[in-house]
Amino acid sequence: MNEFLLIFRREAAFDTQLTPEQLQEISKPWQDWMGGLAAQNKLANPGSRLNSDGKVVKPNNVVTNGAYVEVKELIGGYIVIKAASLDEAAEISKGCPILTVGGNVEVRQLIPM
Amino acid sequence: MKEELLLSNLFRTEYRKLTAVLARLFGFEHIQIAEDIVSDTFLLASDTWGQNKLPENPTAWLYTVAKNKAKDHLKRNAIFTKKITANLKAENSTAEEIEIDLSEKNINDSQLQMMFAICQPIIPAEAQIGLALRILCGFSIDEIADAFLTNKETINKRLFRAKEKLRGNNVQIEFPGADQINQRLETVLLTLYLLFNEGYYSISGNTNLRKDLCLEAMRLTYLLIENKPTDLPAVNALSSLMCFHASRFEARIDKNGEMIIYDEQDSSLWNEELISRGKNYLIKAAHGDQLTRYHLEAAIAYWHTIKEDTPEKWENVLQLYNKLLMLEYSPMAALNRTYALAKADGKEKAIIEAEKLIQLTDSHLYHSLLGWLYTAIDNEKALAHLQAALKLAKSKGEKNRIVKNIKALN
Repeated sequence: MNEFLLIFRREAAFDTQLTPEQLQEISKPWQDWMGGLAAQNKLANPGSRLNSDGKVVKPNNVVTNGAYVEVKELIGGYIVIKAASLDEAAEISKGCPILTVGGNVEVRQLIPM
Repeated sequence: MKEELLLSNLFRTEYRKLTAVLARLFGFEHIQIAEDIVSDTFLLASDTWGQNKLPENPTAWLYTVAKNKAKDHLKRNAIFTKKITANLKAENSTAEEIEIDLSEKNINDSQLQMMFAICQPIIPAEAQIGLALRILCGFSIDEIADAFLTNKETINKRLFRAKEKLRGNNVQIEFPGADQINQRLETVLLTLYLLFNEGYYSISGNTNLRKDLCLEAMRLTYLLIENKPTDLPAVNALSSLMCFHASRFEARIDKNGEMIIYDEQDSSLWNEELISRGKNYLIKAAHGDQLTRYHLEAAIAYWHTIKEDTPEKWENVLQLYNKLLMLEYSPMAALNRTYALAKADGKEKAIIEAEKLIQLTDSHLYHSLLGWLYTAIDNEKALAHLQAALKLAKSKGEKNRIVKNIKALN
């Protein structure tokens, strides 16, 4: 089994104030999807969500606000899964809830140190 | 006959106390001597109580005899005494007057310290459970063999090897330091959890013995809660979990010793007192920032104490299983999560998820679950899965249940 990092990206401008009910509505598909992966024993690390605030540090003391560098896409979170191949990891990613809100998943194999 | 019953009851309650106190006095490397002295004490009791009148206070009699035997032993064995008295001096002013403290507090402390001494990751979990049953619970080798569905020789060997290993690693009978308590407690809690499960889920036909295992696990967990430094959220969560499960003791086993599944239990047999104790422990567990598997499993068990099938109940159970699996994978949690998914979001969705659990296809429980999921949706597939389950099932009770489900399909 290999491990793959799944990076979830979506449009930057979305984080409006959410009610607890809305938050739960968003949370359920994610919890169910990750719970399903864990039930198959394919979740290596449940990863984390990322705050939309961020800074980008460049050479020569240049620090800009905003997590994104060039594109208007934001990394919302990541997990690490176990899969036999890159193809299987990509197949698994097709179930990710980020796809239902116009986002995408980048799949990258981890290289053991 | 009366003496025999009295003695076997006393053995169950007093053997472990005397062993813990004497072993702590002698040190773990001489635990065998402590066990022998206590065994001899009970042997003497069974010899004399039958012939003569029963002592007025049998427990006090046992304590006095055990104390005297311990002192005799210390006096007899000069080299041994030299070594021991060096240790004893710290606690007693003169080595000649060895005080063997059998107060309730010292008994509890000794048992707690023994718990930490036994529960070490250097020996396998089943050896830890075996040692706990022998030393902390006073079970006979026969009973332990019965609980593990194996024979006396295997258990004797297992316990011997475990003690050798602990001795070899110079294990001390003492409380871990404050900075170590959380880490050491992890192993203790896991052993108590497994001890409870051994009783709760074991397929041993001996119903009383299984219940005893659960009660012993609960008693030892209670000892930890009564001891302030170990009265921690995770311990309370484990205790809560045990109480909720134990509340269904009477409802989950029929008069032939067969399991009754949750859906078919008579909920009027659920023990309300244990449920309310479980709730209290769960409230005490809800402190701090540590979320353990015991917290999640206790919360799941809590929802199971509510008989009504509400969408809220199953959605909560589903989310708790999701969290539990993310924390730590286990085949049982994967199956139960899929059952909760069916209850919360419908069988169709659960079938898709169940078909992905390819790592479980050699388990009869997996096929039983799929048999249930497909029932009334695709009865042909349901039948195929139930037949596969029947082939894989080992115990008679499980086979009977599957046959019943197959009949219900037609």
